Amino acid sequence: MTRVNRETYRARSLLLDALRTPDKLSALPPADWELLLRVARRVRLLGRLESELSRAGLLEKVPPRAADHLRAAHNVIEHRRTLVSWEVNRILWALEGMEVPLILLKGTGYLLADLPPARGRIFADVDLLVPEDRIGEIEERLSARGWFKTQIDPYDDRYYRVWMHEIPPLRHLERGTEIDIHHRLLPKTSHLKSAPAPLFAAAQPLSDPRLRILAPADMVLHSLVHLFLEGDPDEGLRLRDLVDVHDLLGYFGQQPGFWEGLVPRARELGFTRPLLYGLQQAQELLATPVPPGVLQELAAAAPAWPVRQIMKRLIPLALLPGHPDHPSPSATLARWLLYLRAHWLRMPPGLLIKHLSHKAWLRWRGYRKRIDLAQLDLKQQ
Amino acid sequence: MIVGDLSRREIERRLAGTGLVVRFGPFHLRIRSDLASLSSLVHRLYQPYPLPETGEITDFHVGISRPRGLRRWLRRQACFTVDGQSPFAPYAAEHAFPALEWGINWCVATRAHHLLMLHSAGVERHGRAMLFPASPGDGKSTLCTALIHSGWRLMSDEFGLLRPEDGMLLPLPRLIPLKNESIEVIRRFRPEAIVGPSFLATRKGTVAHVRPPADSIARMQETARPRWFVFPRWIANAPLSLEPLPKSQAFLMIATNAFNYEVLDETAFRLVADLVRRCDSYSLVYSDLDQAISALDDLSNDVDD
Repeated sequence: MTRVNRETYRARSLLLDALRTPDKLSALPPADWELLLRVARRVRLLGRLESELSRAGLLEKVPPRAADHLRAAHNVIEHRRTLVSWEVNRILWALEGMEVPLILLKGTGYLLADLPPARGRIFADVDLLVPEDRIGEIEERLSARGWFKTQIDPYDDRYYRVWMHEIPPLRHLERGTEIDIHHRLLPKTSHLKSAPAPLFAAAQPLSDPRLRILAPADMVLHSLVHLFLEGDPDEGLRLRDLVDVHDLLGYFGQQPGFWEGLVPRARELGFTRPLLYGLQQAQELLATPVPPGVLQELAAAAPAWPVRQIMKRLIPLALLPGHPDHPSPSATLARWLLYLRAHWLRMPPGLLIKHLSHKAWLRWRGYRKRIDLAQLDLKQQ
Repeated sequence: MIVGDLSRREIERRLAGTGLVVRFGPFHLRIRSDLASLSSLVHRLYQPYPLPETGEITDFHVGISRPRGLRRWLRRQACFTVDGQSPFAPYAAEHAFPALEWGINWCVATRAHHLLMLHSAGVERHGRAMLFPASPGDGKSTLCTALIHSGWRLMSDEFGLLRPEDGMLLPLPRLIPLKNESIEVIRRFRPEAIVGPSFLATRKGTVAHVRPPADSIARMQETARPRWFVFPRWIANAPLSLEPLPKSQAFLMIATNAFNYEVLDETAFRLVADLVRRCDSYSLVYSDLDQAISALDDLSNDVDD
């Protein structure tokens, strides 16, 4: 085994063992803690480790220096939690009097519905799903009450408006929090169909009747669609989405009828392939219990043999972080290939070539957002 | 063991290899670099900083290196990296050292959320700490540098690190980056101060780093309880004035100037409220360093608690 392979393997095993059996972390030697902290930070799962250790009452047994990092992650998460809940409160205030169904997606939904994935999870923006024909009205109301459209170049604006499943993010003038308003789960241009009507029909109200979350099966499917069809080539596939799915399956899997309804629902929405990949990976990497019958039901959704073999190699490579000091070229390649695959599924070939060459041009020109250390207002971080 | 116990060659070997691990206050940093010019600066300016024991966890893994890919051959540049990632704009290769120093601050500011981080310089005398929360340009670094060469111990130039559990100030005596005119002011005021080379035309103008006195670095594990908040402002030719500040005003000035007041939420509110209650706060206007130091010395001698 080469040095890179050995270090990559070590980093991955540390992370996966920590996620699967957090109670064994108290026996971890400092050198392993050091690497685990780096790797978990990279995939934004430090807070997850903290919450698992804290639930098991093991935080005291962690080396103090590691505990500091975990506590810092915990504090940031608590802060983001407050911000997101408050932002939802303010959105309800802003939209008062409008009869419009608001579905909270991803982290926002887990948080407000108090579902297991919310524990120790980092929350970025507020994600909403609303009917497409009401978007203009909602955007107008929010703009009148303190949110503004973020400055993006005309290409990106058109990209969002014409092709995407969401509009350009709105940001609050004072709080800086962003709202992503979606009208479907996948871009309009996607090969996979994603008509949103069935999602609205099945959505479930929260204790505040103006807010809804997706039905359990839809929530799992959305998380998997997000995992396999979004993301960027530097980050790869987001392991934290798979961790969300692991938690959702563990929770909803206990409810009668959930497993029986999952595959038919995936068929109805056209998401059987992401479901198959997702269940396989969750089972393989996170030891998620999946009834064998469910995977058999999905056998027909599997791709042809050669594609299956390739995907089996690529997905874990792109999903799991490597060793920060020993980047693995094959993982970099896997991340790029899956990024291209996601785009291939998101838009037709002509558009894809146009879009990716535009992005590549920006990349080459150095237009990517970069932090200027000298001018940095550190308070904004 | 301190950095100064290593030869320049050994420092260069570590920087280019698995990294040089240094202790800065509460943090262990591993620094890697493929820039040959860096080792002599590190050798000289980091000389009194201790090396952590082997087997201890390193907090931040940073690097300052030539960019990857095509850019490497286009311009002479240096990129700051954290854990192998570089979301930062590249710097001219000559400014690698200030970029490294700013980058380390970035790591602290964005990651050390287990502590309340005030944007403040701090010094200590007789076990009591004096904090100087200030915005850039108010002369806090100049005043702080003058004080630590006049009998005070450096706690920190940039970060007032407060431990939420007991409200103690943790020292982070890093190099002090003086800007523009301040460099000459300090060279004249204390010719014995160890000041590194001037980096011209950086994004903050000319920058030169002051190495804190060895005693401040040797005592960087010794915490101190905050006793005074002094809000300094340098105004040319202004007569000295040291006026008490109402607690309500001090509270707002400290809270709004902290790096992560919002992140720590209620903990931060209680911590700052408690500090302001226990500390005396002053606003200081000065033009002459000797006068300012003597006024602050008097303040610290008058304490009877």
